Amino acid sequence: MRILVVEDDSVLANGLKVGLGLAGMTVDCVGTCVDARAALSTSVFDTVVLDLMLPDGTGLDLLREMRGAGDRTPVLLLTAMDETSDRIRGLDTGADDYLGKPFDLDELAARVRAIARRGSGRASACLSAAGILLDPSNLSAALHGVPLSLSRREFSVLAALMERPGTVRSKAEIEDRLYGWQEEIESNAVEVHIHHLRAKIGRDTIETVRGLGYRIRVTS
Amino acid sequence: MTSLRGRLFAILLSATGVIWLSAVLWIYVGTRGELEHVLDTRLQEAARMVNSLVASADMTSPAAVLPSLPAEGVGYERQLSCQIWSLDGRLMARSSGAPDTRLTEAASGFSDRIVDGETWRVYTIANAATGARVMVGDRLGLRDRLVSDLIKGLLAPALLIAPLLALLIWISLGRGLRPLRTMARDVGGRDADDMSPIDPVRAPAEVKPLTQALNGLFAKVEAARRHEREVTAFAAHELRTPLAGLRMQAQIAMSGGAPEVRQGALQQIVLSVDRTARLVRQLLALAKLDANAEPQACEPVIVGDVFDEITATAPEAGISVKIEPALRELTVVASRELLTLALRNLHDNAVRHMPSGGTVTWRSSAAGNGIVVEDEGVGIPEDEIPLVTQRFFRGRNKSAIGTGLGLAIADVAVRRMGGELRLANRRDRGGLEATIRMAPDSRS
Repeated sequence: MRILVVEDDSVLANGLKVGLGLAGMTVDCVGTCVDARAALSTSVFDTVVLDLMLPDGTGLDLLREMRGAGDRTPVLLLTAMDETSDRIRGLDTGADDYLGKPFDLDELAARVRAIARRGSGRASACLSAAGILLDPSNLSAALHGVPLSLSRREFSVLAALMERPGTVRSKAEIEDRLYGWQEEIESNAVEVHIHHLRAKIGRDTIETVRGLGYRIRVTS
Repeated sequence: MTSLRGRLFAILLSATGVIWLSAVLWIYVGTRGELEHVLDTRLQEAARMVNSLVASADMTSPAAVLPSLPAEGVGYERQLSCQIWSLDGRLMARSSGAPDTRLTEAASGFSDRIVDGETWRVYTIANAATGARVMVGDRLGLRDRLVSDLIKGLLAPALLIAPLLALLIWISLGRGLRPLRTMARDVGGRDADDMSPIDPVRAPAEVKPLTQALNGLFAKVEAARRHEREVTAFAAHELRTPLAGLRMQAQIAMSGGAPEVRQGALQQIVLSVDRTARLVRQLLALAKLDANAEPQACEPVIVGDVFDEITATAPEAGISVKIEPALRELTVVASRELLTLALRNLHDNAVRHMPSGGTVTWRSSAAGNGIVVEDEGVGIPEDEIPLVTQRFFRGRNKSAIGTGLGLAIADVAVRRMGGELRLANRRDRGGLEATIRMAPDSRS
């Protein structure tokens, strides 16, 4: 899952990046509205974690802009002002959820997962297809009830494919989900992860569509 | 405690008393003069009357007592006494009650004489045709009694009325002062938060200056409280973000990940604690500045001494500080505390925005009455320059542990000293130039 964090406090931004990273998410951090706009226009994020007070504007303005432009990316607001009226204004502007500072890392991760799931149109917290069950809350996976041991990256690749079973995901799309901007992408990383996954869940479950990408084969 | 009602009561009552006494005195003097005149005229008329009787009567029998004159009595009876003397000095007749001795030695006209211990007022007519001298007189003591009886008649009802009048004054004062009491009750019964102005229409004209002063005070208190609330809300907000960061990093450190992840989290915690401690220090400095609005005691301060104090407590690795010798010797008349606060915050701000190996330069301004600091950082975007002295404003080029308060504190401190803080980006290279311009009379 790829998350954009818009937060100007360096310690908190660092904590969000590392903390959400531990929960299996790929996090990009920006500190201003300008940088956030640039990030949103160039990449697709599953969720935006947005601070309300930014040096060059307020998170609410940015949110209003996003919703005005038809951007439906789920947004979780972070704010130090936790008056009820602030919360109401935030939610009415188009936020999907709201957390007052300071907050619990696990709660934040759970809420991010929840709004990302609702954003993708699923109701269930777990992903399941072709006999595989993925639980993003604890990064666990099982094949026909037998637990699978997956690395974090492998889990992300499999989750990306299983969010829409039967739909083709390009290599670039999968890379986007795996790496933030600052991370170096190894040229054949996706192929390597797919190779390892096929070894663990069976050769035929992940199908290569030549020239397009990969998809989960859905058995009727 | 002085009571307004009591004071007014005393003033009104004594004024009334003084006016009454003056009136009595005036009546006494006036009545007395009038009475003398009337009684003198009566003496004169009585003498003439007796004289004309003497002329038509035979006055040969000596020492006759005139039977026609009133007999014994007390009070105002027997006021007049009459004697008829022959011109050669024989007593020819006298009224009953008249003394035997001659009433006056005067030949004619009015005269006063003491006879048998009493002062007499006598009118004498000498008649050469009848050879008789008529003397009519009355006792002055009687006249005095008449006047004093008159005054007593005036005073008696006045003394009876006095307590009634006092009661009336007391009650009227109570009614007259009721608007004040109502106002006091209104203000006294308010909630601590109620700073709404007192209705000036309802207050009487005399109390209006007081209500206006009170309303002015209410407005000032309300403004001070609003400011305090804003600062508190801001401070709470600014403290929550580092707290959120601390909690996040602590949870990461506890999550039992890789050692380098834990190490990184702990480093972030230390950074955050340092920054929060600095924020608290600066909030206290700002609260102190706000609380001490009155002018501080000024003294001649040698700027070099202040720098020694600042650079001694804040050594910064990798950054050199250059202080122009002329500035070190500059003496300004200012509050030492405020000057130190301003210079320390500007110094901190400069140092924190410096790349490693850079130089912070302090010098006196070209005009000679200002203190300038230059850093070699990235400066401030032009549109943010008017904003950076606002509390908690943190611009795009913020330092890692900035609080958004340093420049605000420097600005408040300089203004409190009567000076001006000017910020501008350096023209010769990247970096900020901050100039403190002191008030013209502060240079010695």
